[in-house]
Amino acid sequence: MGLDIAFQPRNACAMPHDHHDHDHDADHPHSHLPSDPALRVKALETVLTRKGLVDPAALDEIIDTYQNRIGPKNGAQVVARAWSDPEFNRALMHDATAVVAEMGFYGRQGEHITAVENTPETHNMVVCTLCSCYPWPLLGIPPGWYKSDAYRARAVREPRAVLADFGVSLPPDTAVRVWDSTAEMRYLVIPRRPEGTEGMDAEALAALVTRDSMIGTGLPKEPAT
Amino acid sequence: MQAPEPVFSEPWHAQLFALTVYLNEEGHFAWPDWAARFAQTLKRHGFAKELDGGDDYFNAWLETLEAVLAERGAAGAEEAEQVKAAWEAAYLRTPHGQPVHLTSSEG
Repeated sequence: MGLDIAFQPRNACAMPHDHHDHDHDADHPHSHLPSDPALRVKALETVLTRKGLVDPAALDEIIDTYQNRIGPKNGAQVVARAWSDPEFNRALMHDATAVVAEMGFYGRQGEHITAVENTPETHNMVVCTLCSCYPWPLLGIPPGWYKSDAYRARAVREPRAVLADFGVSLPPDTAVRVWDSTAEMRYLVIPRRPEGTEGMDAEALAALVTRDSMIGTGLPKEPAT
Repeated sequence: MQAPEPVFSEPWHAQLFALTVYLNEEGHFAWPDWAARFAQTLKRHGFAKELDGGDDYFNAWLETLEAVLAERGAAGAEEAEQVKAAWEAAYLRTPHGQPVHLTSSEG
C-alpha cells in the first residue's frame, strides 16, 4: 500500500481541504455557505436543542475542554512521574485507571486505562483497529493519522514498517507489541527514559515526552546537551 | 519547535464530536454501543475507499449519529433535512459578515 503520506505526522492534520462545497467567491453578497456535513451537524444540533435534549453552552464547554485543556501534556505528566518515582510506576502498572484518576485524569466515557511500559526487550505501540479509541483524558483528541484506515490496518500487520515511516528504528532484537484499543480499554505507552536525564525534575522530564512516544509511534526527545 | 496540529481540522468536526460526547454523557447511549455502531459505518465506508482520518472519518461519524438519533426518534431524518434546508436558506439570504439566524417560523 503506497500510503506513506498518511504517515507523515507533521502533515497529516494539515492536509488541504479542497473538496468542500465552500464558496470562496469574494463577489458573492451572501454568507459563506458551510459544507453539506457542516449543515447536517448544525441541523442535528438545532433539532435537539429545540427539544431540550441539548444545551449549546455545554457543547461549547466540551469543545473548549478538548481544544484547550486536555492534551498530551496530561499524559506527559504521568510518564515523567513514572520515570522519577518507582513506587508510582509500580502502582501505575498495577492499576493505571485508579492512579491517573488520582491525578485528576479520568475517562468521561467510563473507560479503563492500561499503562504499557517499553523495555529494551519490548516496544509497545497502540492502535484502534475498529474505530479510533484513544486515551482522551491523557492525550486529548487523536491526530488524523491515528484515525486513518492506513494506520489502523497497517499497525497490526506491519508495525515495524509503520514505525519506520515515523522515523523510529528499533534494535532488531526488540519485539514490537501492538495493543488494540477498545471502547472499554485504552492504552498509554510509557516510553523508555532517555539517557542523560539523571537529576532532571519531573517538569523537565515531562517536556521530553511527546504525544507520539505515548502512542508508541515515536520516542521521547533527547535532553539538550 | 513545530506548530501544534489543530485538535479539530474543521469546526464541524468539533461540533459533531461535542454533540456526541454530550448525548453520551446525558445517558442517551453507552459509549461502547456508540463505538460499535461507528466501527460498522467506518468498515462499510472503508470498502469503497481508503478513509483518511479527517473528513472521511467524521463523515462516517455523522452518518452514524444521524442513524442513531433517527432510530431513537430524537431527530428524524425528515426533520433534520428540513432544518438543514432552513439553515442553507438562511446562509444564502444573510449578507456576508452578518450573523446567520433561522426565522421564527423556521426555528
